[in-house]
Amino acid sequence: MLIRIFPELGHFALILAFAMAVLQAVVPLWGAATRRPLWMAFAQPMAWGQFTFLILSYLSLTASFALDDFSVAYVANNSNSLLPWYYKLSAVWGSHEGSVLLWVLILSGWSFAVSVFSRHLPRDMLARVLGVMGWISSGFLLFILLTSNPFERLLPDVPADGADLNPLLQDFGLIVHPPMLYMGYVGFSVVFAFAMAALLGGRLDSAWTRWARPWTNVAWAFLTVGIALGSWWAYYELGWGGWWFWDPVENASLLPWLAGTALIHSLAVTEKRGTFKNWTVLLAIFTFSLSLLGTFLVRSGVLTSVHAFANDPSRGTFILVLLGVTVGLSLAIFALRAPKVQSLAGFGWLSRDSLLLINNILLVVMTVTVLLGTIYPLLLDGLGLGKISVGPPYFNALFVPLTALLCLFMGLGPLARWKRMPGRELARRLAVSAIVAVVTAAVLPLFYGGSFSLGVTLGWLLALWLVLSLVRDVFDKTRHGRSDKARKGRTRLAGFRKLTLAYWGMVLGHLGLAVTIVGVAMVSHYNVERNVRLAPGGSVDVGGYQFAMTGLRERRGPNYTADTATIEVTRPGRSSFTMQPEKRFYVASGMPLSDVALRPGLFGDLYVALGEKLDNGDWSLRIQLKPFVRWLWLGALMMAAGGILAVIDRRYRRAPRRSAALQTHEPMPSRLVPPSPTEVTS
Amino acid sequence: MRAKRKRRLIIVIGLVALVAVAVGLTLYALRANINLFFTPSQIAAGEAPHGRTMRIGGVVKKDSVDRNSDSLEVTFVVTDFAKDVEVRYDDILPDLFREGQGVVVIGQLDEDGEFIAQQVLAKHDETYMPPEVAEALKATGNLPDGSVPSS
Repeated sequence: MLIRIFPELGHFALILAFAMAVLQAVVPLWGAATRRPLWMAFAQPMAWGQFTFLILSYLSLTASFALDDFSVAYVANNSNSLLPWYYKLSAVWGSHEGSVLLWVLILSGWSFAVSVFSRHLPRDMLARVLGVMGWISSGFLLFILLTSNPFERLLPDVPADGADLNPLLQDFGLIVHPPMLYMGYVGFSVVFAFAMAALLGGRLDSAWTRWARPWTNVAWAFLTVGIALGSWWAYYELGWGGWWFWDPVENASLLPWLAGTALIHSLAVTEKRGTFKNWTVLLAIFTFSLSLLGTFLVRSGVLTSVHAFANDPSRGTFILVLLGVTVGLSLAIFALRAPKVQSLAGFGWLSRDSLLLINNILLVVMTVTVLLGTIYPLLLDGLGLGKISVGPPYFNALFVPLTALLCLFMGLGPLARWKRMPGRELARRLAVSAIVAVVTAAVLPLFYGGSFSLGVTLGWLLALWLVLSLVRDVFDKTRHGRSDKARKGRTRLAGFRKLTLAYWGMVLGHLGLAVTIVGVAMVSHYNVERNVRLAPGGSVDVGGYQFAMTGLRERRGPNYTADTATIEVTRPGRSSFTMQPEKRFYVASGMPLSDVALRPGLFGDLYVALGEKLDNGDWSLRIQLKPFVRWLWLGALMMAAGGILAVIDRRYRRAPRRSAALQTHEPMPSRLVPPSPTEVTS
Repeated sequence: MRAKRKRRLIIVIGLVALVAVAVGLTLYALRANINLFFTPSQIAAGEAPHGRTMRIGGVVKKDSVDRNSDSLEVTFVVTDFAKDVEVRYDDILPDLFREGQGVVVIGQLDEDGEFIAQQVLAKHDETYMPPEVAEALKATGNLPDGSVPSS
């Protein structure tokens, strides 16, 4: 029977993919070192073959899930015949083995994309990039084959039915959050590979940054969306209305994001000005290393969290070794090959360069503080010095002031010119923005909350400062080139048209951060939360709304039974509506789960969760008002969209022809002339 | 040349100062926000400080959960089968909270030796035993055979 051999096919495909990954890792790099075109050309077919076989392997596992083949241990542990089909398909990455397979599949997908979209690259550069990615892929494929084989069989005692997927994971969030997050994590391997290739090839000029920038932006955008989805999922799934817990696993995703944010800015400096070269390479190494560290933290089971499922010590060790080898090797190559400091272009104290330098320093400091708070408990535990945990106050105490500083400089950055910016001119252009931001931010909490709140004022101040300085910048930029005063309107339109997509991407990204900051400030300070005890017929007032429990009934879902409460919500002068929070009991796993009722709105959510059934038929209820909570994720989506917008800028589409012309003379000269004025403004 | 060197010196000094401040603040914040972990036996031995946020772990003692009949207040006993700690909580217990299951509680000890909980954590997995709890039980020789630590 065909069904019966799917797992073996998948396993076999996995082994073939591993063999190809090894070839992809060794042959092209050797070819590049010895200048053999045929060997270098080996990289692309291997990348394609690897991708193909990993897809086959992945589909085999998916088929085992779809066909309820419980003889496969992984399927038996994470699925059930009653599980709805869409969760069966996403249960593939619902636990350790499958999610590592997804990780590798995505990695090979990125390699494939690089080999397809970067054919204009110099041959040896492409060979080296794919070679480095081959190394990463080999490492992880070996990891799967040795420690986490998802195709392991349970023979001959095949269970009659599966243990079911963890109820927390039976949600839309599982379908979208992990793939997005992994796209981001793994995507940073591309810029890492480019940096390594540039080092190995001894061509640490600006060219590699221009090739790597779009890839980095896309990976960063995916990671942004992935983190936002995770936050949104935790918000409605865990049932207590939190959207960020400073949980080590969340931090694990935030770390590469922070480093990646620094990286996309320093890539810009290196590309435009030819400075920060070594720094950019280091950041590329660190960003990807932090992605690996994140994978280690999540996959090794050293953490106590909702995400920690695997706990086979050999797995943790393997990833730790992989991490150590990656960091050690790449830093060693960096130390050997990094050019001696030879920055050609200096810059003034106040310039876009210096502001971006500050941006990088601040982001790195933020990364380090989060890293410290995340691994400090692990280190102490590992050294046998006691079990501790670091609470959210630590992170808040450091993160809030650092973000405030970051935003202060972020307002200045886009308006400052490269190389030198007279302070007086900058001050003149931003004075109005600053005054308006301060006044509005001071007054706003009085209107909204009725009393002054420092946190809300700070949040609005930062957000308004960002927005208004960008508005000013757009205003100034579109005004340039006004030659004929009579046709003022039309020239402004022309000014708008002159601005590049990359510029609009920056504007959108920065606006996104402003929106997120408003969300954080508002929901943190004006959150209303009440835990009450209610029986059918009872009611309670929370924040101007009346919540009345009008009914309670039992209901059967596909693989669970549920108690569903009907809550009628009324507000004076408005029409009433009902909300239906549920308490589910999953039959196969015997696990309870509360399903939150949400009434989402742009300016605030109502959040009702059923707690537990109390002795006399009462229920405990968690009722929350969450002002502006959607802005958190809306802002993140805007940031991601900004990153993508910058990628589709014409500059990158124009790039192929230009570098195709360069391909003939090797090696490429590094940029010795300062960038032309047109490039500076774009 | 001298001007350039001087400027470089200023940059280096500035960076060092910035890093020093950052490290200082970080360590201060870290020290103020570390939650130590204690077992019921350690608390009974008087090792745990009063009035500081900490985490305790153990198993919820059978028949110890006592709810107030008209509020959400609840008390229960966390035990490592050698010593007990009484815990008071005024919030909704997590879905997987059950008698006989491992829990980790974050809160403070009050003067009477009662533990005022701010947060109760029960793992979202039936077979799961928080690693701290498993270790605490192992220390008293009471780790139940059936439960695999943190799998």
